[in-house]
Amino acid sequence: MRKVGIIGVGHSKFGVRSDLNMNELVLESFKPAMEEAGITNDDISFLYVSNVGFWSSEELPAISIAEYLGLTGKGAMRVEAACASGSAALKAAHDMISAGEADIVAAIGVEKMNESFTPSVVEIIGRAGNYLWEFENFGMTFPGYYAMYATAYMQHYGAREEDLGEIAIKNHHYGAKNPLAQFQKEITMEDYLNSKYVAWPIKLLDSTPISDGSSTVILASEDAIRKIGAKDVVWIKGIGYSSDTSNLSKRSDFLSLEAARRAAYLAYKKAGVDPEKVTSLIDVAEVHDCFTIAEILAYEDLGFFKRGEGFIAVREKQTYRGGKIPVNLSGGLKAKGHPLGATGLGMVVELTKQLRMKVEKSRQADIKNGWALAHNVGGTGHYAYVTLLSTQK
Amino acid sequence: MSQKEAFDQFLKSLDEAVKEAKRAIKLPLIPDQKTGRLLWISNRELRLRYAISVDSNKKFYEALLDGKLLATKCPTCGALYFPPQDYCNRCKKQGLQWVELSGEGELLSYTKVVVKPYSFSHLEDYIVGIAKLKEGINILAWVSEKDVSKLKRGMKVNVRVKEREEEGYLVYEIVPAQD
Repeated sequence: MRKVGIIGVGHSKFGVRSDLNMNELVLESFKPAMEEAGITNDDISFLYVSNVGFWSSEELPAISIAEYLGLTGKGAMRVEAACASGSAALKAAHDMISAGEADIVAAIGVEKMNESFTPSVVEIIGRAGNYLWEFENFGMTFPGYYAMYATAYMQHYGAREEDLGEIAIKNHHYGAKNPLAQFQKEITMEDYLNSKYVAWPIKLLDSTPISDGSSTVILASEDAIRKIGAKDVVWIKGIGYSSDTSNLSKRSDFLSLEAARRAAYLAYKKAGVDPEKVTSLIDVAEVHDCFTIAEILAYEDLGFFKRGEGFIAVREKQTYRGGKIPVNLSGGLKAKGHPLGATGLGMVVELTKQLRMKVEKSRQADIKNGWALAHNVGGTGHYAYVTLLSTQK
Repeated sequence: MSQKEAFDQFLKSLDEAVKEAKRAIKLPLIPDQKTGRLLWISNRELRLRYAISVDSNKKFYEALLDGKLLATKCPTCGALYFPPQDYCNRCKKQGLQWVELSGEGELLSYTKVVVKPYSFSHLEDYIVGIAKLKEGINILAWVSEKDVSKLKRGMKVNVRVKEREEEGYLVYEIVPAQD
């Protein structure tokens, strides 16, 4: 197995991007990633395009994007693992290089959710579970699925709505410092408590917005990195993965996303990381806070905090900058936005910049060990990927 | 205004804006309401309705008519399947038995859906729950109770077959046991 490093990253501004079509939106992240990598299109063997689609018009996005970027003729495919598509694309690109099949591969994430109107988007995303048994007759929605976890968690451990609100406040606090975030605005507990329910107990301010955005990660083999003379390489130390049932009714207790837990422990094993000491090794993490409850579950599933104590951690500000483990200094999905296919790779772009100490000073983590973690969940814990990155080979 | 009326009104106003643009500039171009950027509004609308095979679950649907809720059971290992499927993925066997479920269980979790999918927007807000039956399987369905404050994780519930009057077909629902 060959080692794989990240040699170039790019991240578009997330938000309502009706100023650009899908191809142009990809260029906004692809161009800086290529310039940073110091390579040309000729050097790329394959492009993995993570995109969920359906709300956007191009049915073959990888092909349309390749044509626009001048990559026609390269190997191409679209990768779908719902909201974790970006991490799935990263894994596909990583594995191709690691296996010796290619030296340089582009992982491109993009989503243009605003190409459809909100009623259609709510409809499409609500079907991201089991269509016949949970959507067709019972009209489940994406926040509705996560609300099942929120209700169970809150009643089991005695967490309050205010505890979920603390997550939203933290992530908006950092989003306000991130020029690429969809919402660059702080919120107060009053704003949070006054926001309307979308699926009780989940409120609008617990939820990610409908977003457009793109992110690009250029990956290379050790040989190629030496040949190019790439600097500030961030290495992929391990990608853990797992999945869970289509029907939510087949899950056990709704207190944990079991797929995320399995993915985390697989990633730790692959990278040779002691799960008991993970918070002292990892300098900064991006976790999948599509709803605030998901960030609390992530703290516990990743082993950052004990089961049932995740909500106390944010109450005590342990996941702020300077805390036990800073989480979502980008603003997270909550404030940075959640263009599904671009989210997982967006996390990797953010963490690469964090490890290089190249983000805005007010939200830069203290980099001591040079390790970072991305936790990316697809659907409602249907897919899970956990990626460990390090500045050390 | 109901959610459906609001959605429909929005779609109607969009339609009118496109017609107006075609009259004025001979093109379906309108500025984005949020950003002012120029949008091409597609002239081709997709209508999508699925035809899903449920032939292997014919008995399940027939039993609903008799007010019964069925699951499948593996004759070899005893595993129960709900939603019913004619394949035991543990024993790798087909030809599973049909068994009637008691419907007795407890509430594992629930939510009240307020922002609804367009295809559900003609309905009042509904509560969806997941019940854990005493046989050890879970069922997701609407809850008969309309007030979330009257529900609690762990409370005793029954799952029973019911006609959904608003839409005129048989489904099953979760009913708090004291009802």
